[in-house]
Amino acid sequence: MKIRRMGIVAIALASTGALMLSGCAGGAESSAEGTIITTNGTEPQMSLIPTNTTEVGGGKIITSIFAGLVSYSASGEIQDEVAKSIESDDATNWTVTLNDDWTFTNDEPVTAQSFVDAWNYGALFDNAQGSSYFFDNIVGFSDVQNSKDDPSGAVGEDGAPLQVGDPLTDGMSGLKVVDDTTFTVELAGTEADWPLRLGYSAYSPLPSVAFEDMEAFGQNPIGNGPYMLASADAWQHDVQIDLVTNPNYAGVRTPKNDGLTIVFFASFDAGYAAVQGGDLDVLDQIPESALASYESDFPETFVNEPAAVFQAFNMPYYLEHWSGEEGKLRRAALSMAIDRAEITDVVFQGTRTPATDFTSPVIAGYSDSLKGSEVLEYNPEEAVAKWAEADAISPYTGTFDIAYNADGPHQVWVDAVVNSVKNTLGIDAVGKPYPTFAAAIDDRDTQALTGGTRAGWQADYPSLYNFLAPLYQTGAGSNYEGYSSAEFDGLLTEGAAASSVEDATAKYVEAQEVLLQDLPTIPLWYQNTSGVWSDTVSNVEFGWDSVPLYHEITKN
Amino acid sequence: MLWYTGKRLLQMIPVFFGATFLIYFMVFSLPGDPIAALYGERPPSPAVIAQIRAEYNLDQPFIVQYLLYIGNFFQGDLGTTYSGRSVSDVMASAFPITARLAMLALAFEAFFGILVGLIAGLRKGKLFDASALVVSLLLISVPTFVIGFVLQFVFGVQLGWARTTVSGAAPLDELILPALVLASVSFAYIVRLTRASVSDNLNADFVRTATAKGLSRPRVVTVHVLRNSLVPVITFLGVDIGSLMVGAIVTEGIFNINGVGGTVFKAIRLGEGPTVVSFIAVMVVIFVLANLLVDLLYAALDPRIRYAK
Amino acid sequence: MPSKNQGAQPHFVAALEDTPLVAIDRLDETAKARSTWADAWDAMRRRPSFWISSGLILLIFLVALFPSWFASVSPTQCQLSDSNDVPQSGHPLGFTFQGCDVYSRIIFGTGASVTVGLLAAAIVTLFGLIVGALAGYYGGFLDAVVSRIGDIFFAVPTVLGAIVLLSVLPDRTPVVIALVISIFAWPQVARIMRGAVLTARNSDYVVASVALGVSKFKILLRHVIPNAIAPVIVIATVSLGTFIVAEATLSFLGIGLGPGTMSWGRDIGEAQTSIRTSPQVLLYPSIALSLTVLAFLMLGDVLRDALDPQARARR
Repeated sequence: MKIRRMGIVAIALASTGALMLSGCAGGAESSAEGTIITTNGTEPQMSLIPTNTTEVGGGKIITSIFAGLVSYSASGEIQDEVAKSIESDDATNWTVTLNDDWTFTNDEPVTAQSFVDAWNYGALFDNAQGSSYFFDNIVGFSDVQNSKDDPSGAVGEDGAPLQVGDPLTDGMSGLKVVDDTTFTVELAGTEADWPLRLGYSAYSPLPSVAFEDMEAFGQNPIGNGPYMLASADAWQHDVQIDLVTNPNYAGVRTPKNDGLTIVFFASFDAGYAAVQGGDLDVLDQIPESALASYESDFPETFVNEPAAVFQAFNMPYYLEHWSGEEGKLRRAALSMAIDRAEITDVVFQGTRTPATDFTSPVIAGYSDSLKGSEVLEYNPEEAVAKWAEADAISPYTGTFDIAYNADGPHQVWVDAVVNSVKNTLGIDAVGKPYPTFAAAIDDRDTQALTGGTRAGWQADYPSLYNFLAPLYQTGAGSNYEGYSSAEFDGLLTEGAAASSVEDATAKYVEAQEVLLQDLPTIPLWYQNTSGVWSDTVSNVEFGWDSVPLYHEITKN
Repeated sequence: MLWYTGKRLLQMIPVFFGATFLIYFMVFSLPGDPIAALYGERPPSPAVIAQIRAEYNLDQPFIVQYLLYIGNFFQGDLGTTYSGRSVSDVMASAFPITARLAMLALAFEAFFGILVGLIAGLRKGKLFDASALVVSLLLISVPTFVIGFVLQFVFGVQLGWARTTVSGAAPLDELILPALVLASVSFAYIVRLTRASVSDNLNADFVRTATAKGLSRPRVVTVHVLRNSLVPVITFLGVDIGSLMVGAIVTEGIFNINGVGGTVFKAIRLGEGPTVVSFIAVMVVIFVLANLLVDLLYAALDPRIRYAK
Repeated sequence: MPSKNQGAQPHFVAALEDTPLVAIDRLDETAKARSTWADAWDAMRRRPSFWISSGLILLIFLVALFPSWFASVSPTQCQLSDSNDVPQSGHPLGFTFQGCDVYSRIIFGTGASVTVGLLAAAIVTLFGLIVGALAGYYGGFLDAVVSRIGDIFFAVPTVLGAIVLLSVLPDRTPVVIALVISIFAWPQVARIMRGAVLTARNSDYVVASVALGVSKFKILLRHVIPNAIAPVIVIATVSLGTFIVAEATLSFLGIGLGPGTMSWGRDIGEAQTSIRTSPQVLLYPSIALSLTVLAFLMLGDVLRDALDPQARARR
């Protein structure tokens, strides 16, 4: 080998030099013009199709670029957007009348057809839309979930459906277009607070161009919301999405700024540093590491108030010691062994509010004085007594654990909770981490847990029902730990069938009092909306769903 | 020489298949159903889940999935992420940024590591040597997230000399701070390695010979001592390229850099086989090339090393 | 710099003809039934830093094996009301975020941390050393196979490998964690060893030994490995520390030591939450880690000097 003896360091430096030059070429930075607000977000998990967006990252973009029949005010009340009225005499057959002055940003008018087509698209099983279950209370839903080849919708041994091929029908029979500004909806049962759902992003309308190529549409969606994509390539994947105001927007959320740039952050820590360093305007969640310091870092510009996020842990009914009378005693003992006030105070620095029910303080109908809610208060003596009572039925041995997914921010509070249990009850208690959410949910799904599991619920729409039915109804989709109570199910059905919202709420309150006795889940606290912003912006207000009302923000 | 290089390049083929197979199998074996997990605690109906599983071939047995992937790979189709983005797009945005970051870190650790290691080796037991030891110990035992946080806070937040987080285009000047953080642990390795080799070689016969021949001390040090000390250092740098590119998860997270480490990490958590495997396939090629380059550099550093045939 | 020394100094390595004498001298030495390793031991015993580092390591082992001799407060009795509290009587180093005694946690975390770090470093070093030495020394096909297998293993992201392996393995004991770390870390040592062996196998004394008809394997054992081992010792001692930290990362990702096991790494990882307000929580486990690494670095240094034939020749 005859290589010229060039200094080795020189080779290394020369090669990096070449890379540096090529690196600089692509480094032009787009600076925000006018009054563009920058805020944090995460890369949407799916392309931006309203009925396929089920997580927060995509959700806040969908809500900004689409307007449904109604939207939510800061306090979670519905306010009309495209809808002129949503009426029903029997809480089953609904007539929706639209305003006629709405258009999509491609100038196509927003009509009754735009809604019916979008909803049918979302419900049709072979479109594989993640939010399809939002339409499951509309008549004809099962027809679009089953296929021609196997109308029974049979399910194989592994739980996967056997069906293949086209669905039975293309649309739900309960949806009927009357004219351009009117359509009717027939529900499978009565539901007095059905309009409350309609502010959720899955109920957005779609322009006809979307159905030509939904995948392409999802990369560059055309909506009717307060904002629209700044350009065809406004969505820079994993980096940010640039939104500008929509001149055609005719609703109540008219932006007071010129646009919104949502920068995607992999961690809230990075986002927090960015706000501190003046590289970001608004951050809608405070990282664990800054909980103790955010009030002094941002003395005038922070928010910390309860939100519609309920956090708890569940004890599975299939485990020994945790069902029947013994289970009831142990659940109550566990609940009273946890010093929620201290944990929310020390671990979360007051950014959580101890739970007094199973819903959230921002939901209409919330009560902090349910019958039996004293079981949610720290009471070590009573806890020890109840635990001993349970031990008299069958003595408890072994280690108590609470499972959590380590890819979420749960370790610290789980450790604090198990320590509280350990100190009060004198049993061995540990946190049990799972590497991924997939691994954790799998063990819940297959009922393979060895102890408790963390559980949380963020409301899709501000209603008590949304906090109760999916989680505790017998056989419900998210009732993994196998709770079943005829009394609770009955009250829930009565509530749903009630003809007025007040009557419904009364039933849901009763249903919660059943839960307080059974404790299928041990309520812990409500996650607060906690965010900070820099002094370059004003009028930062957060909605009931913990997302800032972007359209209200102004730049100083 | 050419023959040797060609042979090494051919060896890439079995490495490629071995690595992709192994990694695809590992992603396949990850616990849990990736599709069900996409929807959190509120899964859509089994019909919808089945539809999506079929879309990503997840209903097929492992070997079929792998062969489908490899088949598409050679037609230039690397598959799609669960968000419907083509994996080649994801790679095109992540790799250039990571390449810049890794090269910058490599340059930092090589330059400062060798310099400090050399001086420490020459002044073994003196104050400089002891200080270098303390700094190395500090970098080894203080985790990266602390070093990153401190640098970000001091230079980004308090002094305002640098952006706290790197912008989307990730120009080189914004990457200096992250590169320093990324290079920190490897810097400790290189200082120790260089110091050890230098102090060994100071006693070597050829150095004594060179000194005896009347060569100036700087010349002896740079040409004889340093050059002969570089073999382990170069080897380390060659191996380190991999960890700098894929292992930069923490650094990328702190500075919000959209790079390879974070992307692969996210894909592993989501159980996205095609994404993980495609990224690692490229990494394998980089490893093999880097190691080949290192082997060729051996011969440049030490002419006694010859490659047969 | 690039072209300055071109041609000006063709013999940057001592010319072969200058050296045989020295090499033969050394061969004589080994012929006196005194192995390289016995010589090394003699050399080490005379160094004070050998005794200092050995003493420190002995202490670390004692703490690891009998933690209750050193701490009386329970490391698992934690009161949240003490969170990040300052030292007080009976709690000399204060409290962690969860309100546990920092001192006790360090003492009781020693066992797991040292097991992970030391075991992983030992496995990686031994395996990497053997594989790398064989690859570098014999070259050819063996080298190709071993090096490329190393490439494959090195290509697997440790996080992926660890999630898969640790999800399958029932108990996440320190030994299991050490094994998992080793599986993905050995190629580094193997590469370094291979490079060093490539240099050493061409040294004058090896060439001389070959000329004297010493068997190939004996040369590898007696001359090549002792001459090539210096960088491996460095890597091993530094890795010891980084492996202890790696355990923290794995624990942070939920795939580290089983629930309830204490370790320095875990405490360092958990201190992440307090970094802005109570950095002292991070300090003490880091110091424990530094001292351990320091002890092994010093020992490694002594061992390296002792094994270096040229350094010994000068004494």
